[in-house]
Amino acid sequence: MMLLFYLAAFVAVIATVCVIVQTNIVHALIYLILSLLAVAVIFYTLGAPLAAMLEAIVYAGAIMVLFLFVIMMLNLGQNTREQERAWLAGRGWILPALLAAVLLAQLLYVLSGVEGMSAPEQVGVMAVGARLFGPYVLAVELASILLLAGLISAYHLARKPGAEDE
Amino acid sequence: MFSFAVGSALSIASILLVVVALAAMLIWVERRLLGFWQERLGPNRVGWFGILQVVADMIKIFTKEDWVPPFADKFTFVLAPAIIMIVVLMSFAVIPFTPEVGVIDSNVGVLFVLAMASLGAYSVMLGGLSSNNKYALLGSLRAAAQMVSYEVFMGISLLGVVVLSGSFNLREIVETQADGWYILPQCIGFLIFLIAGVAESHRLPFDIPEAEQEICAGYHTEYSGMKFGMFFVGEYLGLVLISSLITVLFFGGWLGPAFLPPIVWFSLKAGVFIAFFILMRAALPRPRYDQLMSYGWLFLLPLSLVNLLITGAVVLGTM
Repeated sequence: MMLLFYLAAFVAVIATVCVIVQTNIVHALIYLILSLLAVAVIFYTLGAPLAAMLEAIVYAGAIMVLFLFVIMMLNLGQNTREQERAWLAGRGWILPALLAAVLLAQLLYVLSGVEGMSAPEQVGVMAVGARLFGPYVLAVELASILLLAGLISAYHLARKPGAEDE
Repeated sequence: MFSFAVGSALSIASILLVVVALAAMLIWVERRLLGFWQERLGPNRVGWFGILQVVADMIKIFTKEDWVPPFADKFTFVLAPAIIMIVVLMSFAVIPFTPEVGVIDSNVGVLFVLAMASLGAYSVMLGGLSSNNKYALLGSLRAAAQMVSYEVFMGISLLGVVVLSGSFNLREIVETQADGWYILPQCIGFLIFLIAGVAESHRLPFDIPEAEQEICAGYHTEYSGMKFGMFFVGEYLGLVLISSLITVLFFGGWLGPAFLPPIVWFSLKAGVFIAFFILMRAALPRPRYDQLMSYGWLFLLPLSLVNLLITGAVVLGTM
């Protein structure tokens, strides 16, 4: 399991770097899907099969499809590739790289203090469900209200003005 | 090593071989059955009753020029047909064919199938997008909307079965059907799953992404040779997969009276559904695109939610 974890983590990191440096937007999106699937494998090796499957269904399967859907309609051509290339070249990298390096150093410092990492145990689907609708039911309800608000506002924005029900 | 058990090498190899061979055979079966239902003969020249037509088709499709258009995005163009084959074949991993035959017993089997189905949408979308052709783009736009929408109802319609059996494991779902198949308590879930299944494998009458009378051949307009063949066989594999899933989820999988072995029961049940899907193709006209979408969101979604609600209430009430 540990080998699988490191392998998937390696794939996720490489794929995510490719998302950033790739100038062709469709290829970048394919790398992003790959990265999300690698994260799903990471969840699985950490003993969370439900989270792994939901990562694959919701993020890789649904949200990325909508991204692709938008890209299809934007009709991006050679111009965007050149623009992208111009942005990626040179000094734009310095500040983000510095900030990321600080975070990485902090992360390594924190992780070096953790002792005795034991192999995680599997948490079944039922256990997750019982938790979600037991102690965390308030958070679930609040999240659903937020989603409902998003849904209604999206409907309102997309509705043509003056066009009532046909 | 050479004995049948869940996950053994023999089991995996035979499932892979049988499923792919079956998908290829279906090309001939479908054409013969369509011919029968439309009062004509269908392919009957090559071999007995035309059964070698499959071989002839295979030779043709393998030897055709495999052409990548110069205006296409080559990487994505080659990747797209592979995706559909991979995800559909991966889905067969969690299907329990008999007590002994199967690849894995996953505790999240149902979710795994749904995840693979949602990844299958990329094949059609990327194929159409990379072709750099307006008909292909129209086809893949339609495919994206159709597949994302029908995935939702497909998932919700399955949840009734999951509630009744108390498990996401497909093998356990079959085993809990020993005293009654789920088709009776879940007949609404079954109908929704059936419709969503046809829409997910985008076959007639829901083949709107490739409606040849409107948009050439939709997303695979630019494909030829074996790349087209992979889309083609992938579609038949999807048909076999949906039929197997219906058998497992609603019709008791391998369960049946003991005078026939389990694998025969499974094949019989799945075969009936494959034939039924072909009959649907012969009998039904294609709906318009907006009709398909509004039918899904305004009718199937509320119906599947009500079905889930009632199932949950009944299970809670009888606990």
